[in-house]
Amino acid sequence: MQYFEKPTSPFQKALDRIPLLGDILRQPLGAIGFVIVLMFFISAIFAPLIAPYDYARQDIPNRMEGPSAKYWLGTDNLGRDLFSRLVYGSRIAFETALPSVGIALTVGMLLGLIAGYVGGWLDNIIVVLMDTLQAFPSIMLSLAILALLGPSLINVIIVIGLTWMPNYARVVRAQTLSIREKAYVEAERSLGATDRRLLLSHILPNVIASPLIMAAMDLPWVITFEAGLSFLGLGVRPPTPSWGAILSEGFDHIFETPWPILWSGLTLALITLGFTLFGEALRDVLDPRLSGTRGL
Amino acid sequence: MLVYIVKRILMTLLVLLLVVVFLTLLVHIVPGDPVTMILGPRATPSLIAQMRSAMDLDKPIYVQIGHFLWNILHGSLGVDATTGMPITTLIGDSLPQTLILALSSLLLAILLGVPIGMYSATHTNSLPDRILTIVSISLTTTPSYVAGLFLLLIFAVDLHALPAMGLGRAGDTLDYLKHLILPSVALAITWIGYLGRLVRTSLLEVLNETYVRASRAAGVSERLIRYRYALKNALIPTVAILGVGLGSLMGGAVFIEIIFTRPGMGLLIYDAIQTRNYPLVRAGVFVVAVLFVLANFIADLVYTYLDPRIQLNKRKA
Repeated sequence: MQYFEKPTSPFQKALDRIPLLGDILRQPLGAIGFVIVLMFFISAIFAPLIAPYDYARQDIPNRMEGPSAKYWLGTDNLGRDLFSRLVYGSRIAFETALPSVGIALTVGMLLGLIAGYVGGWLDNIIVVLMDTLQAFPSIMLSLAILALLGPSLINVIIVIGLTWMPNYARVVRAQTLSIREKAYVEAERSLGATDRRLLLSHILPNVIASPLIMAAMDLPWVITFEAGLSFLGLGVRPPTPSWGAILSEGFDHIFETPWPILWSGLTLALITLGFTLFGEALRDVLDPRLSGTRGL
Repeated sequence: MLVYIVKRILMTLLVLLLVVVFLTLLVHIVPGDPVTMILGPRATPSLIAQMRSAMDLDKPIYVQIGHFLWNILHGSLGVDATTGMPITTLIGDSLPQTLILALSSLLLAILLGVPIGMYSATHTNSLPDRILTIVSISLTTTPSYVAGLFLLLIFAVDLHALPAMGLGRAGDTLDYLKHLILPSVALAITWIGYLGRLVRTSLLEVLNETYVRASRAAGVSERLIRYRYALKNALIPTVAILGVGLGSLMGGAVFIEIIFTRPGMGLLIYDAIQTRNYPLVRAGVFVVAVLFVLANFIADLVYTYLDPRIQLNKRKA
């Protein structure tokens, strides 16, 4: 806590004007995370402008080459430009991660609100169902479902949404339970407020912070999870350049060229790091009480 | 306490029953027939009928579930659809490999992660602490399959320093251990970073508690306070997380076993999925779920034993 006037630079003043982001950028690690995340966002949105080649363009005579002036990060086993594929890969990463976390967040929050607010047998049923979904390591659950549904982008999104959803339901349920008993909710109820009003204008605004922070912190894990599924051949189909697919093709040719594994692996590690640093800074700013409790 | 344990056991059994229902339903919900998938499009109708009956698929769902449960109670998990071998034999061969891998990774994570966290917590904001924090975060954010592939690339493909595939020669313990190094390090990496951060945070919290300050004021040596009084309480959250850890390591083992071709549960289930070997998938995933639930249950009990302040039956309220 600062009890004295600190010298303010123009940069500091600029930070003061942006409410949430300013606080995040003030933390060095949060700022690094933000820059990394921003970089990947930009490369996802402007992929066609950034990538020097089409991601499916093959240059067989120059296959499995190392970094050069022509191919900055080298080429894969079909002579496709690795840099272009990684840039387009960030699109796939966001296209799966954002909707799947969105599904997990909305469905989980809805179930958590219902379970916590209504209580009774409905609560018990929801809790047991969530326990059942969490009785498998998530990768096993996804493998089993995807094996039957068949690999595709939509199926991956559904499966990830389903496996991540119980966490959100649990957290929202627990918070709803405690807020439901608060005096101001009781008071409102005794004044004749409807369930709808209580849920939407009193309970929801009070429980929404935690699941939103969770969503921000889950994004990188969902991205690596999708890449893992694609690595196993259960994610998006070739020639779509998912990072996991690049990793998997690299694994098939591991004795011939290290570059596909090296670059896609580093990309995955970097985006996870960026999101984690950013998510932690966001958590510390939004809810200082949670700081350090999750350890992640 | 006893009431709680009985309640937990009943709840666990209910969850496991639902797992079986879920796994059985899964094959019916989705389009496509597993039998034609296994036998191929040119299978004769009589062969298909025979296979359907062998896999129980010609019976109503509740009979299938009942049959599966009845078999479990009699120590059987059914018969593998492609080889005709009892599934218990297949799992009996694979499960120890996965457990050895997961436990050795966990051990590695504890041996490296706990000291890292202790050092960081007792040297807060020093340069080594900052470096260790960044290293821990980076380790936490490296997916196990990326770590596995990088280790494979460096130590097996490039340096030829360590073997990369399989379990090594049968009966040769040293060779077996050599084959275990890369996979268990790859699987442990995330957890080394994770435990490092967790121990740092909880030790810092405990070091600020009144009893620690009181001991300090009473002149107890800092060494005694840190390693005798504080560490014991600081490790409680770590123990709680280890149950989850074992489960998540078993999940991560899927990737590691595929990358290092280790014949464990992950590879078994993955191969079964590839060949649509539905009975093996169901039994395999069921066994993993049982272990997963069991690990969490034991971690909960250990947790209460270590920290009597937690009252289990009141925790849910």
